[in-house]
Amino acid sequence: MSNGMIEIRFHGRGGQGAVTAANILVYAAYKAGLWGQAFPFFGAERRGAPVMAFARISKRRIRVRSMIRHPDIVVVLDPALPKLVNVLDGLKQGGVIVINSPSKPEFGEGYRVYYVNASKIALDLNLVLAGWPLVNTAILGALARPLGFEIGVIEEAIKDYLGGGRGEVNAKAARRAYEEVKVLE
Amino acid sequence: MVVKPLTGNYAAAYAAKLSRVKVVAAYPITPQTTIVEKLAQFIEDGEMDAKMIRVESEHSALAAAYGAASGGVRAFTATSSQGLLYMHEMVWWVAGSRIPLVMAIVTRTLGPPWNIWTDHSDIMDQRDSGWLIMMAEHNQEVLDETIKMFKITEDPRVFLPGIVGLDAFILSHTTEPVDIPDQELVDTFLPPRRQPYVFKPGDSLLMGNVPRNLKENMRMREDIHNSLEAAKKVIEEVDEEWGKLTGRRYGGLIECYRCEDASHFIVGMGAWVGDMREAVDSLRTNGIKVGLIKVRYVRPFPREDILKWVVNAKSVIVFDRSVSAGSAGPLFLDVAAHLMAAGIRVPVKNILAGITGLDVTYEDIADAVLKSVAEVEETGKFSRFIEWYYGR
Repeated sequence: MSNGMIEIRFHGRGGQGAVTAANILVYAAYKAGLWGQAFPFFGAERRGAPVMAFARISKRRIRVRSMIRHPDIVVVLDPALPKLVNVLDGLKQGGVIVINSPSKPEFGEGYRVYYVNASKIALDLNLVLAGWPLVNTAILGALARPLGFEIGVIEEAIKDYLGGGRGEVNAKAARRAYEEVKVLE
Repeated sequence: MVVKPLTGNYAAAYAAKLSRVKVVAAYPITPQTTIVEKLAQFIEDGEMDAKMIRVESEHSALAAAYGAASGGVRAFTATSSQGLLYMHEMVWWVAGSRIPLVMAIVTRTLGPPWNIWTDHSDIMDQRDSGWLIMMAEHNQEVLDETIKMFKITEDPRVFLPGIVGLDAFILSHTTEPVDIPDQELVDTFLPPRRQPYVFKPGDSLLMGNVPRNLKENMRMREDIHNSLEAAKKVIEEVDEEWGKLTGRRYGGLIECYRCEDASHFIVGMGAWVGDMREAVDSLRTNGIKVGLIKVRYVRPFPREDILKWVVNAKSVIVFDRSVSAGSAGPLFLDVAAHLMAAGIRVPVKNILAGITGLDVTYEDIADAVLKSVAEVEETGKFSRFIEWYYGR
């Protein structure tokens, strides 16, 4: 955390909602009295291909605009992604990994790992689009833990962003993930 | 007033809606598209009382917006990069016709090769056309300046069109909190539409015919130049007025950061000014007395404002995100020319960086400035006036 700022990188697949998750996080940060900034990886995106999104959170207004190279936290929306891309690239020593995973993931020493079966939560709540479980809101619930955010702030941000019944059910997914997430020190 | 996380593109769309734009005409191009998409949605949802004219090209987009504005309403368009170049003929035509309208340019580099990332090649290519041209540093400034631009361009001392520039992706697609003013506040701030003449059915007016008197024609050009000079005062007045209403004053044509006791000055424009602020803070921590001049308006060019700050400086380092190939960066050329014309002898250097969208960090900026300052402190001058900076 440099200059009191937390930098987060989201790994997902095109269509999984990594960018939406980063945007909702800005809403949540603002509700928590913080400043937030979210941006996609600047390139062409294809459905199913590995994609990234980024967010910064700080107590002060964020002025920097460059890419995030050394995140404090990486968020992984798809359990299979670590086999395809180096999700640990540039992650700071002692950094945090938040991953959607049905079982205990292996990342070696030196990281704090939060894992939750976000796919199951999404399927249980019938959060499915074109056959894919929508895990982006559940993963935000898990991310609330290392960020020290109250889950209420995340729920509110999700409801604001998505609105209506969609907001309600996605907020539910976030709360379940918040309650079910496990941490490996 | 409501604070909402918005992308730079949505901030531009909200501003056009709040300014009660009546006609929008645009052609989609990355990374501009979501501005017009949002406006289309506002219109479709009945939140905005405007007509969207779908056209087959950017050239027609500006022609249609110009037609609407000539007819007496606020008109808005937006484009980027190759689209802007395709529109370029109309860019001159609108300024020459003295019809106020506002255009957002999401700055994107030019091909080949196809590349969607930001630099300032496209917007700087418009700088001789007679439009007011400004670049925003953050999304709040995009929203504020778009609304203000209607007031500035419709002032009888100006009567010219205006461009609000925002960097591709690092503003256009970046979400951050933005204060959206109430409609009532904007209504109080923006007077009814003013323009030099209105095309009305049944009231014939001939425009743009081959001139008989070329002196008159040349005077028209001088008049555009003089109106841009006069716009400087209008920009400052409007900045002050907006500041009183919202608490947000930007400082007119430039904004200075830690300039008061600075011996060396960085000059820059656009979203990376935020990273430059961080670089200035980091250099100051190391005892280097650096100040930052953020150029908000590149046309009219803030000659007096810049000269005032750098008259006793040890050096001036101008960052350009585009280059006039075969000469130097356009911002540098303006700064250097006006320094020379005013008889100010200060070492001045051009750093060309971030061109074609190459990512630039505040550490990169601090590094480039630190090396330049070290050289000028040791030798009293810069050994070369241009440096292509590719990162540490």
